[in-house]
Amino acid sequence: MSIMSRFWISLILSLPMLAEMILHPFGWMLPGGEWTMLVLTTLIMAVSAGPFWQSAWASFKKHHSNMDTLVAIGTATAYFYSVYAMITHQAVFFESAAFVTTFVLLGQVFEERMRHNASNAVEKLVNLQAKEAEVLRNGELVKVPLSEVAVGDLIRVKPGEKIAVDGVITKGSSAVDESMVTGESMPVEKHAGDHVIGSTLNSNGTFMFKAEKVGDETMLSQIVALVKKAQNSHAPIQKLTDQVSNIFVPIVLILSVLTFLVWYVFLGTSVASALIFAVSVVVIACPCALGLATPTALMVGTGRSAKMGILIKNGEVLEAVNDVTTVVFDKTGTITMGKPEVTDIVGNQAQVLSLAASLEANSEHPLASAILAQAKAKGIVPAPVADFQAIEGQGVQANVDGQLAFVGNDKLLVDYSIDEALKKRAVNLQLAAKTVVFVGRGHQVIGLIAIQDAPKPTSKEAIAALKARGLKTVMLTGDNKRVAVAIAEQVGIDAVIADVLPADKADHVAELQKTGKVAFVGDGINDAPALTVADVGIAMGSGTDIAIESGGIVLVKNDLRDVDRALAISQKTFKRIKLNLFWAFVYNVLGIPVAAGIFYGIGLTLSPELAGLAMAFSSLSVVTSSVLLNRAKITSHVNEAV
Amino acid sequence: MLKIIVLLIGLALISFIAWWFFGKHAVATETANVTDDIQQIDIDVNGGYSPESVVLKRGVPAVMNFTRRDPSSCLDRVVFPDFGINRELPKGEKQAIQIDTTKPGEFHWACGMDMFHGKLIIK
Repeated sequence: MSIMSRFWISLILSLPMLAEMILHPFGWMLPGGEWTMLVLTTLIMAVSAGPFWQSAWASFKKHHSNMDTLVAIGTATAYFYSVYAMITHQAVFFESAAFVTTFVLLGQVFEERMRHNASNAVEKLVNLQAKEAEVLRNGELVKVPLSEVAVGDLIRVKPGEKIAVDGVITKGSSAVDESMVTGESMPVEKHAGDHVIGSTLNSNGTFMFKAEKVGDETMLSQIVALVKKAQNSHAPIQKLTDQVSNIFVPIVLILSVLTFLVWYVFLGTSVASALIFAVSVVVIACPCALGLATPTALMVGTGRSAKMGILIKNGEVLEAVNDVTTVVFDKTGTITMGKPEVTDIVGNQAQVLSLAASLEANSEHPLASAILAQAKAKGIVPAPVADFQAIEGQGVQANVDGQLAFVGNDKLLVDYSIDEALKKRAVNLQLAAKTVVFVGRGHQVIGLIAIQDAPKPTSKEAIAALKARGLKTVMLTGDNKRVAVAIAEQVGIDAVIADVLPADKADHVAELQKTGKVAFVGDGINDAPALTVADVGIAMGSGTDIAIESGGIVLVKNDLRDVDRALAISQKTFKRIKLNLFWAFVYNVLGIPVAAGIFYGIGLTLSPELAGLAMAFSSLSVVTSSVLLNRAKITSHVNEAV
Repeated sequence: MLKIIVLLIGLALISFIAWWFFGKHAVATETANVTDDIQQIDIDVNGGYSPESVVLKRGVPAVMNFTRRDPSSCLDRVVFPDFGINRELPKGEKQAIQIDTTKPGEFHWACGMDMFHGKLIIK
């Protein structure tokens, strides 16, 4: 029988007793008197409260106890005592047993609904998927169910349709609404060669795309898996409640026996009043509120942040965010756009560029791509090189036309000579926030290439928001000090640690951790160790898979301002967890003494009915408070606060 | 006289509660059966989990079948925090939960309110 029907049965059967209680002072008597009460309460005990007994007994046999143990013992004590009292012609309190059952069930009805609300948000995400796709098969477009779409399929998307899976546009263009995955409300223009994400909504154009990821591999599936994991993870703060909940129920039972003994044996009250106090103690104690406080808030908080495009991986991260005092940023791709462009070439333009392009043709460095792009634009074809060698953190060298040639940063200059004029030019370019690459042949530097990676337009605002929060901001980069400082000044970062070798990033983070908890924001493969070492690793969604894997928080929208939003929502969620725990403890810590009659002297007591009501609403209020987290205002210091 | 007897009974009751719930009691442990390259284990959900401790073989696909007989809403969900699993257990229905056994270690599962616990050992 469902909780709902058990509740209705017990409510309807309790109503006559409620009427008796209210109308008794006016001289109205329940027809049949105690006998009617006995029949009604017996029915409630058997039908509505029966399952409490079943559950209590099953766990008792396993040396466990739960909320049902308390409800079962509380109601049964009231019931059986009343039967005994009836036989011996004393005052009965059948109505206590009946009302407590009704109230507890009422609380459970609401609570069940709320818990359902809290956990279902993410499952709804999965339902966003398209049900079918128009796939090119044997030269014809046919509609197939989503499950039959395979990697490599060409799929047509018409205006207003959902994109079935992840892939790359092969023909056509359109604006795509990606808000369901990234949280970004503005539609994004997509052309041939651009990636599209499954489950996002095509707005105005028609295009064909090639499926690249299907099934569990798609971005949406990955996000859902990640969020589910986060929602069910444990926050360290929970350890306390875990310990408490294990011993809670037996302790309450012991307290209840003690209450009875003190009232009956030492204070000399009647058996009936001593029992009422004992029953109230059992009934008001609510282990469930304690157990629900953390998981429900965690579930709602991580679910809501996922909708904003901020994936918080687990409760541990969420808790760590609260103590962060320093935020460290990687420069390239995090603060800057990560798309470096050649701005100046010093020396013989064609010669310098051609030599640099030949050497960099084999390099994977981001600066290399800028040089190659420039060479391509100028129509320069890289020449073949021999004995190519990359020197970590410095540059590359190789043999070109039988002569040693090199391209690299100023660390390479130890072994090579450079004239004063070039050196001065290099410094000036660096002061203008441009990265300078030295190009040389033999042992002589023959020219410079200046490359600029402009800061993202939102970086400045993002940094300002974090500073408004009272956090220290630091930039960590392998780039030259002058360039780094120039960029830092543009975006308003407090401190700069430059000339860092990729392998040393994590060490610098560890060094900063000596003064407080550190969050690290990065996107590259070389950032992965730092993301792991930091108390909170924040990976940009555009970053490499390994960076996303290493980070505790992933910013899907790739917007640096989300760092502040991530901090805001984490703090809000954690505060809510603490609030919930506070209330859950207060209920029990204050409720139990009151129920035990400690404040009897000043006229403050709780009848079992009221105790039952308080207990029912304690877990309900905790769950409601968690669900309300969905509506709570998140105070972020950046514009368009969510 | 009556009061002294009541007092003694009460104290005995307290000792019993303490012994029954806090004393050391054996926990039922079971190893899953492997048939056709799949290991299966049935978990009875009634006032807790039976068995409460499960041993699975590493690398063999595993399924844990939870059947809830307990009417309590306390046990209406089963949560494996390490695997991101949070499954509803409708009363009387067998719910098959697939476990990823690629990583060895000790994991825990719990009811939705974190009141009842079970232990999963993969080795």
